[in-house]
Amino acid sequence: MSDVMRDLYQEVILDHGKRPRNFGALESASRHADGHNPLCGDKLTIFLVIENDRIADVRFTGAGCAISMASASLMTEAIKGKTEAEVRSMFEKFHVGLTGKDDAAATVALADLDKLAVFGGVREYPVRVKCATLAWHTLVAALDHAEQPVKTE
Amino acid sequence: MTAIGTATLLPEAFDVTRIRGDFPILSQIVHGKRLVFLDSAASAQKPRPVIDAERFLYETTYANVHRGVYGLSQRATETFEAAREKVRRLLNARDAREVVFVRGATEAINLVAQSYGRRFLSAGDEVLITQLEHHANIVPWQMLREEKGVKLRVAPVDDAGELDLDAFESLISHRTKLIAMAHVANALGTVMPVENMIRLAKARNIPVLVDGCQLVPHQAVDVQALDCDFYVFSGHKLYGPTGIGVLYGKAALLEAMPPWQGGGDMIRSVTFERTEYNELPWKFEAGTPDIAGAIALGAAIDYVHGIGYDAIAAHETALLRYAEHELAKIKPLRIIGHPRRRSGVISFLLDNAHPHDIGTILDQEGICVRAGHHCAQPTMERFGIAATVRASFGIYNDRDDVDALVAGLRTVQEVFGQ
Repeated sequence: MSDVMRDLYQEVILDHGKRPRNFGALESASRHADGHNPLCGDKLTIFLVIENDRIADVRFTGAGCAISMASASLMTEAIKGKTEAEVRSMFEKFHVGLTGKDDAAATVALADLDKLAVFGGVREYPVRVKCATLAWHTLVAALDHAEQPVKTE
Repeated sequence: MTAIGTATLLPEAFDVTRIRGDFPILSQIVHGKRLVFLDSAASAQKPRPVIDAERFLYETTYANVHRGVYGLSQRATETFEAAREKVRRLLNARDAREVVFVRGATEAINLVAQSYGRRFLSAGDEVLITQLEHHANIVPWQMLREEKGVKLRVAPVDDAGELDLDAFESLISHRTKLIAMAHVANALGTVMPVENMIRLAKARNIPVLVDGCQLVPHQAVDVQALDCDFYVFSGHKLYGPTGIGVLYGKAALLEAMPPWQGGGDMIRSVTFERTEYNELPWKFEAGTPDIAGAIALGAAIDYVHGIGYDAIAAHETALLRYAEHELAKIKPLRIIGHPRRRSGVISFLLDNAHPHDIGTILDQEGICVRAGHHCAQPTMERFGIAATVRASFGIYNDRDDVDALVAGLRTVQEVFGQ
């Protein structure tokens, strides 16, 4: 496999894609939202428990490609304990890191996200960006109390 | 040069190397690898004579058609109408008046739904389709349902991806006013039993529309022998350009149908009080048509006829068999649909790897496949899946392409584990 591919499918992504963490429904969820990528059929539901403005717990269910599953899994690990404002700021950085036109700014944004920086390889695959951001769009919808399923189209 | 796009190939032994040489795009290198194009069911690549036909037209013969009194326009008109005659021969239609140029199969089906459907169907009438249809043969009928209150009935398929003909027959009722089905199912490659379906429909005098998009690139079709009422296909899947397609309709039906778009070319005379419509087929061709597209489609038809459908079918059948055999060696691979008659397409899944991840990795190996629902979400739903990988084959594919696909899938397995 080429180096470019290794860059996309890093061990962490393969591992989380195969064995997603925080997977399963959360009965006590105070908020939840559905996300759907109609192009590839990826579907996610994010469950949140928010206490004192912090993400006290988060879980997800769904099915999709390795990138979308790993992204959801790593996201749940990354946001636990964070405030809503912090989470929104992380999403902003993640978005810039994957889609920003300026490579340097993207690198800086990703560097702030610790483990989530493994998704930097997705930058090279514009059609796969939606896979990586589905979980985040769904998370924001849950924070916003969105009633409609989110679509990354 | 006397005619545009005259076939240069003689029907002789199938020489895939020479055919590949006719397709300039196939000589390119992708990610350092030979381009392996296995997505012809989505859109086929174009041979030199098709590309040249458009260029030749624009450089020598172009003007608007059916209008000018000058020689250039007359020549353009003759070349355009000669392309219609080529389509007539391709389908063995009785009369070139039965060949309407449209943008593609999607537009052709919408035309039938909006013209025939609006005029002749009313609330409670039924349109019968199958579970394996492309969205283009579902949504236009749903729009008619919204507008007219017609009902949509769907004939089921079994686990092999074959139509349940008994269930199909039992779904035909005295309210069935139109039956529409794919000749070959685009997501699975099932060759549908259209002969039997049409026989059942004809016994009850029900008009039938056949979507031939996935058949026409692979096999000869004879609309008179089929006795279907409408037959549609897209030029770009037949090695022709995008933006051009065909609606074949029996003259009597087309005569009875109202025009669906109004404008120039589709009229005989216009006053503010009254417009007299043009005769077939121009009644359905409002506005300046895709002149170059139609002429290049004619060149594509010449090209295919130059090779010959018998030779094409023999080559592709052998290649499909080889592909099925080689893919079966990959143990965690599951082919979706095992129809008795398959054409052009193999849809499959790999354990442990999602179709989109497979598609991305294969792309790095220079291999183009489709990953997704193939504009046939109800087909995916029938098999309880969200997406498949689809490898589809054309005249330029060979065993090396299959071998490259299998090697690419081995790479996928290395990445994702077995």
